Amino acid sequence: MSEGVSEHGAHVASAKPLEEHFKKEGTKHSPYSLPGDEILHEQLEKTWSPAKGPFRFFMQVDHKILGKRFVVTAFIWFGLGGILAALMRMQLSRPDNTFLSADQYNQIFTMHGVTMMFLFAVPIMEAIAVYMVPLLLGSRALAFPRLTAYSYFMFLFGGILLYTAFFLNTGPDTGWFTYPPLANPEFAPGKRVDVWAQLVNFTEISAIAVAIELIVTILKQRAPGMSVNRLPLYVWSMLITSFMIVFAMPAVMTSSFYLASDRLVGTHFFNPAEGGDPLLWQHLFWFFGHPEVYIIFLPALGMVSHIVTTFTRRQVFGYTAMVLSQVATGFIGFGLWVHHMFATGIPALGSSYFTAASMLIAIPSGIQIFCWIATIWMGRPVWKPPFLFVLGFIAIFVLGGLTGVMLASIPLDLQVHDTMFVVAHLHYVLIGGAVFPLFGVLYYWFPKITGRMQNDTAGYVSFALMFIGFNLTFFPMHKLGLIGMTRRIYTYHPETGWGPLNALSSIGALVLGLGVIVYVLNGLISWKKGAVAGSNPFDGPTLEWATSSPPPEYNFVNIPTVSGHEPLWHAPEHAPVVTGLSTTEKEILITRTFDAEPDHRYTMPTPTPWPFLAAVATAVMFVGGLFTVWAFVIGLPIAGIIVTCWFWPTTPRKEGEAPA
Amino acid sequence: MRGIQSALEPAGPQAEQIARLWDVFLITAAVVWLLVMLFTIAALLRRRPEIVPNAASPRVRNAVIAATGLTVLTLFALLTASIFTTRGIASVPDRAIQIAVTAKQWWWQIDYDDRDKSKRFTTANEIVIPVGHPVTVHLRSSDVIHSFWVPSLHGKRDMIPGKPPSTFTFQADKPGVYRGQCAEFCGYQHANMSFWVTALPFPEYAKWVEANRQPSRIPSTHTQRKGQEVFMNSPCPLCHTIQGTPANGKTGPDLTHFGSRRSIAAGTFPNRRGFLGGWILDAQHLKPGSQMPSMTLEQGELEPLISYLESLK
Amino acid sequence: MIQRQTIDASVLPDHAFGSRSIMWWATMTIIAIESTVFALAIASYFYLQGNEETWPPPDTALPGLLFPTINVFILLVSLWPNEMTKRAAEDMDLAKTRRWIVVAVLFAVAFVVVRGFEFTRLNVSWDSNAYGSATWTLLIFHTIHLVTDLMDSLVLAVLMFTRHGDKPRRFVDVAENSFYWYFVVLSWIPIYVVLYWVPRWL
Repeated sequence: MSEGVSEHGAHVASAKPLEEHFKKEGTKHSPYSLPGDEILHEQLEKTWSPAKGPFRFFMQVDHKILGKRFVVTAFIWFGLGGILAALMRMQLSRPDNTFLSADQYNQIFTMHGVTMMFLFAVPIMEAIAVYMVPLLLGSRALAFPRLTAYSYFMFLFGGILLYTAFFLNTGPDTGWFTYPPLANPEFAPGKRVDVWAQLVNFTEISAIAVAIELIVTILKQRAPGMSVNRLPLYVWSMLITSFMIVFAMPAVMTSSFYLASDRLVGTHFFNPAEGGDPLLWQHLFWFFGHPEVYIIFLPALGMVSHIVTTFTRRQVFGYTAMVLSQVATGFIGFGLWVHHMFATGIPALGSSYFTAASMLIAIPSGIQIFCWIATIWMGRPVWKPPFLFVLGFIAIFVLGGLTGVMLASIPLDLQVHDTMFVVAHLHYVLIGGAVFPLFGVLYYWFPKITGRMQNDTAGYVSFALMFIGFNLTFFPMHKLGLIGMTRRIYTYHPETGWGPLNALSSIGALVLGLGVIVYVLNGLISWKKGAVAGSNPFDGPTLEWATSSPPPEYNFVNIPTVSGHEPLWHAPEHAPVVTGLSTTEKEILITRTFDAEPDHRYTMPTPTPWPFLAAVATAVMFVGGLFTVWAFVIGLPIAGIIVTCWFWPTTPRKEGEAPA
Repeated sequence: MRGIQSALEPAGPQAEQIARLWDVFLITAAVVWLLVMLFTIAALLRRRPEIVPNAASPRVRNAVIAATGLTVLTLFALLTASIFTTRGIASVPDRAIQIAVTAKQWWWQIDYDDRDKSKRFTTANEIVIPVGHPVTVHLRSSDVIHSFWVPSLHGKRDMIPGKPPSTFTFQADKPGVYRGQCAEFCGYQHANMSFWVTALPFPEYAKWVEANRQPSRIPSTHTQRKGQEVFMNSPCPLCHTIQGTPANGKTGPDLTHFGSRRSIAAGTFPNRRGFLGGWILDAQHLKPGSQMPSMTLEQGELEPLISYLESLK
Repeated sequence: MIQRQTIDASVLPDHAFGSRSIMWWATMTIIAIESTVFALAIASYFYLQGNEETWPPPDTALPGLLFPTINVFILLVSLWPNEMTKRAAEDMDLAKTRRWIVVAVLFAVAFVVVRGFEFTRLNVSWDSNAYGSATWTLLIFHTIHLVTDLMDSLVLAVLMFTRHGDKPRRFVDVAENSFYWYFVVLSWIPIYVVLYWVPRWL
């Protein structure tokens, strides 16, 4: 166990109840300050200043500006996906309903899945990391800022493409998994499936680019002293997630490449008549699709650890066990994909391996749950809304995990596969396992990002509505699946007996939606009118709380050094700081990969429009790719030229030097 | 809650074994969930000392280790139970009745095989099986992926085009009518692709098979004869077969014994006059996207046509 | 104000080569991504092969061996100028870097030209059957990497002859670009074996 004796004494000194901390005015003053910081601040503000002027939107490279934009954009797609969910619940609320047509329903359930998986779940987790990771590491920037800008615009354009297509009645309608041959040109003429394939290209490029930035940032830009065994748990989870993205996303890009080329130039990857195989698609898709679940869920586990630490007033129990569990989850997550294919009739012996692996993954998740409960046991709970979201998470996620164990069993899966039982399960793990922690952590980090506090009463109300609404919506679906209700059906007959539970579920969806609306309104109103927060309103222990709220463009005047897991709880005013980074160039400190000793300085780029233009070129190419393969032939060289301009250096001319 | 398509109301040994396994998992899961909640609530509400120490207590550490050990053991027990059930439902008996099921967008073609070619027959959307006899279905798809599922009898099995038929054995121990439905999303009318499995005592089953081997009944009344004429002179025979008549289209369901079926359009409507008339005239409104066109008939043609189809018992 | 220790970063270097630099880590990550793509494409190839009695399928000719084999040699020889470029860059020797990067670019151009002939001798079209689709895709995937690295090398070569060239950051870029070329070469060997020898052996 990681709890060190040497940290013990220092911690007791600062382990005051949080209520006491609230009474004290939050201070703008950083615990890592030096005399003369004010002068430095003025110079750094000038050097790190964001783009200004009418075109600034297209030129920003600051990770906080882009991170905020990412979060807001992802929430817009989340809202649209939520509206689609409400329409589905409306349609299913009673038997033989005619509110939606079959065609509308098929588009809507596909759009809902695509939106939530590709435009919300993964992007929101990366978005928050784009904002928070450099702050948690004590760095002045995220690695490769122009790539962040490019990723953002790719993400934005992808979403716009999808919803434009949807409003033109060309929304994808073959499910978010888009199984061929249903998605082959023979059975899906028109452009609907092509929209799906291009959307995947947009979002995966964006996701992979951000993953690269996060990996490099986490490995090379940590505050001195933050060796890998002192990495905050959330950062660990983002590191593992990013590596999972690196190895999982290529599978969906490869398969969508195959699908697009089957549709566009007549290849036969999935055409059984010419030696192709629909099951190849399923293997590739789920080799991505199952890790995808953990890509969404691991960051949430990291968030939970931070909330639990701050709101129980003690460090998380079993740091090492937590980290190893997350690493184990990351590895095992790649060995389970076949449990999505039990019903295809693959040989039983091989399948039993996948049953065992799928059950195995419950162990690391269990260990983490036990560690959090142990932390709560030994700590002093503070009943703030973020902590309630974590408690809601435990209740819901444990249930979702248990139904996951059921689905790992081949005989049970053969019954409930592709039924509402699976719909219940996946929402228990994704909403309970990821959205609840996400809402908790956004509440927790809200003052850091906006400089203002949210309204606690509204926070409690939104939590209560969401918790009740969620269970009311999804718990009955377990039963619906067991009594035969399949997924993705736009209607059902009264004699099936599925009516009453569906009605209950639809009422629950109303309550859940109300809870989300209260949460979002609380955020929007507090952003403008909330009480001023101060730099560390919750007495959080990690470095993001060591700078003002919202942080200045350069994040930290002096780069902090750390000597434990909770630097701000261990007398930060005595910790050494790093000085001497340039004040006229955007210099950041690069540290060594494992022990985080200072290594060298690195200059970051200034605002630039090229990433935006590169994203426009890529978008034109992909949208053209809906219609003709020539879009790529013409588009790639143009994109190449723009990217060259992007990377072409700007060396200030020395005096008297002739133009080259 | 009673259901016509419920995995919780097994009617045969395969579904029965799965339902028992379900009980094991359900009870285990409920106990685990309650224990976790209990410990969480206790952790939240317990009285605690004034100062919160940061160091671990050995007691808590041991508790976490014990909980992890217990988790491993529980999972191992569940895994064992699951593997035994997998074996139990996979055993294939020697003498099973062989039925070929071909899924199509959005209905089911059922072929009863026989070594004697003249004894083979084809029907649609309804499978009749004898009680207490194992049945092996040979599952195929002629277009996209579908999935065959009758929860009261067994789990589901995907039907993948381009693959050899997938075989799947189940048995009904109680006479009754069990509903099944396509479980893999297969496009536009995936929701309206259900079927019925009727389990009859063996003598009745044999009688049903014998009746279905016969060609269609000769129309016996004037109206029925008129109806047959309407049928044969319209585009109907291009898609439908009626044994004993010139109609031998293969695109749509075989109608030789249509009158004896429970439902039309793959379980979408009961097989009654009103629905049948609506289906003939307005299929594209009742089940949009299906292969059945909305027909245009002359005045006075619909009534005889319905009478003829109903007479095909 | 408490007197605290400070660490002066201004004495640290403003660049670093190899695993110390962030470019190296980014290149490594990209290599991991692209290796995964290659691995999946090769896995798909074998998966589709598993469905066929004969490979290539009946009435499909074997792909020509001559040009890809020439390319194997070009690539292996290209490792030498590539390594010299990398070393010159790490020594920050501008003249040497300029010389060797031009040689390395010429090798890459030769490879791309021969690759063009290679496509004409695959003896199957991408839309004939699944074998053709898998073959073309694997070769296209590798060609994309090849062309990308060629473009990258070209831009860097031009850059080295401008006033921007003599900067530590540019030398780091050249070194990382050479590093990436190793990946292009090393990934070609398994793809070469799969595309041209697997149909002959299996």
